[in-house]
Amino acid sequence: MSALLEVEDLRVRFRTIGSLRARIRGVEDPFIDAVCGVSFSIREGETLGLVGESGSGKSTIARALIGLNPVADGSIRFDGREIAGLGERQYGALRREMSMMWQDPVGSLSPRLTVRSLVTEPFRIHGVKGRDLDEEASRLLTMVGLGPDFASRFPHQLSGGQARRVGVARALALDPKLVIADEPTAGLDVSVQAEVLNLLGDLQRRLGVAILVITHNLNVVRHITDRMAIMYLGRFVEQGPTEDVFFHPRHPYTEALLSANPEPDPDAAKERIEISGEVPSLLDRPKGCEFHTRCLYAQDDCRRVAPGVTRESETHRYTCHHPLSE
Amino acid sequence: MAASEENVSIADHAKRTRREPGALRQYATQLAGNPLGIVGLVLVVLIIGCAILSPWIVPYDPTQIFVGPRLGGPSWAHWLGTDQLGRDTLSRVIAGSRIAMLVAVATLGTALTIGLLLGLIAGYGPQWLDNILLLLFDAVRSFPVIVFGLALVTLLGPSLQTVILVVAITSVPIYARIARTQTQSLRNAEYIQAERAMGAGTMRTLAIHILPNVIGPLLILVSMDVPLVIATEAGLSFLGMGVRPPTPSWGTILNDGYGVIRNSPWPVISGSVPIVIVTLGFTFLGEALRDIFDPKLRRDL
Repeated sequence: MSALLEVEDLRVRFRTIGSLRARIRGVEDPFIDAVCGVSFSIREGETLGLVGESGSGKSTIARALIGLNPVADGSIRFDGREIAGLGERQYGALRREMSMMWQDPVGSLSPRLTVRSLVTEPFRIHGVKGRDLDEEASRLLTMVGLGPDFASRFPHQLSGGQARRVGVARALALDPKLVIADEPTAGLDVSVQAEVLNLLGDLQRRLGVAILVITHNLNVVRHITDRMAIMYLGRFVEQGPTEDVFFHPRHPYTEALLSANPEPDPDAAKERIEISGEVPSLLDRPKGCEFHTRCLYAQDDCRRVAPGVTRESETHRYTCHHPLSE
Repeated sequence: MAASEENVSIADHAKRTRREPGALRQYATQLAGNPLGIVGLVLVVLIIGCAILSPWIVPYDPTQIFVGPRLGGPSWAHWLGTDQLGRDTLSRVIAGSRIAMLVAVATLGTALTIGLLLGLIAGYGPQWLDNILLLLFDAVRSFPVIVFGLALVTLLGPSLQTVILVVAITSVPIYARIARTQTQSLRNAEYIQAERAMGAGTMRTLAIHILPNVIGPLLILVSMDVPLVIATEAGLSFLGMGVRPPTPSWGTILNDGYGVIRNSPWPVISGSVPIVIVTLGFTFLGEALRDIFDPKLRRDL
């Protein structure tokens, strides 16, 4: 039960204006924190779901993990190795152990390569010798439920679901220990979504790979994750075992998100909690608890003091002054 | 056993459908539906055919003087008449097509290669490099071609190589700019990000994933630029800055004919008509190609 990935106090910041212009205009802090002190861990073979609205920093975390966004602060330990701050080149072989499925199923496939070339691209990039690439292509395509017939197709000849399967095959090509799946169901029909999720679940059981799922679709999270974390403005407001969070949410934001999720059972009594207002700008974070501008239960202290992390149990944590009771 | 069968079927497929089946035929059909495109294609084939076959199809040696009368009009022996030295004009025009195409291929080839390279660097490299290169492109483009040509000729002396150099240098920025814009629009595409995340190096990304998607529009532009290059070559030769006599070029034919236009209009006419034909031919063909391959209309290019 060792942690495969341990992220501690991760911070990713982006420059808003150039340093010269900042100095001229007298802007002291020309940065925004897209991810702001996030900590989590993933054990081997575990699935963690990352949930949040658009712009909450989910994809930024993914890109930081894979080395495409610079890490401003904090530590990322992967398989016992510190990887925060490594340059794109130093990542090197690490990219064999950590792979990514991208949001756009078709758009993430190079348009002029055949499916065969696409799924065997990792072998060529990492110079893996002694394997017959045609055989590998055929093995991978069969594994994700596409026939070897697909090998000679081009991305534009694939449907969204087929392209997604190619993406899965490519992500698993080198037997990684961790797969980051950014919106694995985006842009797919509901029936195809289910197929893709089942495929991911299957492969995970068979290959024992850990998966970090990034999504705003709560049904996806409920369906395939062991634990989940809820993001708001670049911070985790709550994280814990998926069942726990679904049935005993502690943070008002979690409660609101869950209540916005369509309930398949028409008889289930359900109260919809609406939150009003817009997501605040990262440029102008609210003081105190950052959710207080939209929180139904906000009180005076919420507007002044930022809440610390409360541990409800070993695994379930939240950041709120006035957590919901049962 | 099953695995080997699958391999056979993969190899089979590769052989049968390297591209979308019938894609070529589809393009041909589209071209056939465009009458101007057909005209362009015919003219281009005619000119290129002349250029390639010129040593074998010229009726007389194009530099041999007094193969006929001086300044003779068209006749069965000399279809386009003869010039002031009694050289056969038709032979000179055909031989001139070879010079014209040679200049076109050499300059556009050079300009395309260098332009593509600089464009990729500017589009994919760091911002400061992009700024420097853009400044350079704009500086080069701000020279009028002919004046720049005159300056270089003064420095290097008039020759075919100088013409090629002049036209190549002045065309590079156009190609480079287009390549740069295309590259920039691709560098943040998700598949390029995906390649980086898999650990593909810059060279690999550029060569395999960006270059093939950048080169299409450039090739269409090349086809449209052929007449421009040929006209520039003819212009410089006409001014005595290009090909040296007695080598036949359409520009030198025009220059020779222009001096004797009161005695015989045929050399001037014979020297200018091919320039018109080339211009129309490549422009029509280029426009037809652009319509067929326009990336906005056909995303599966």
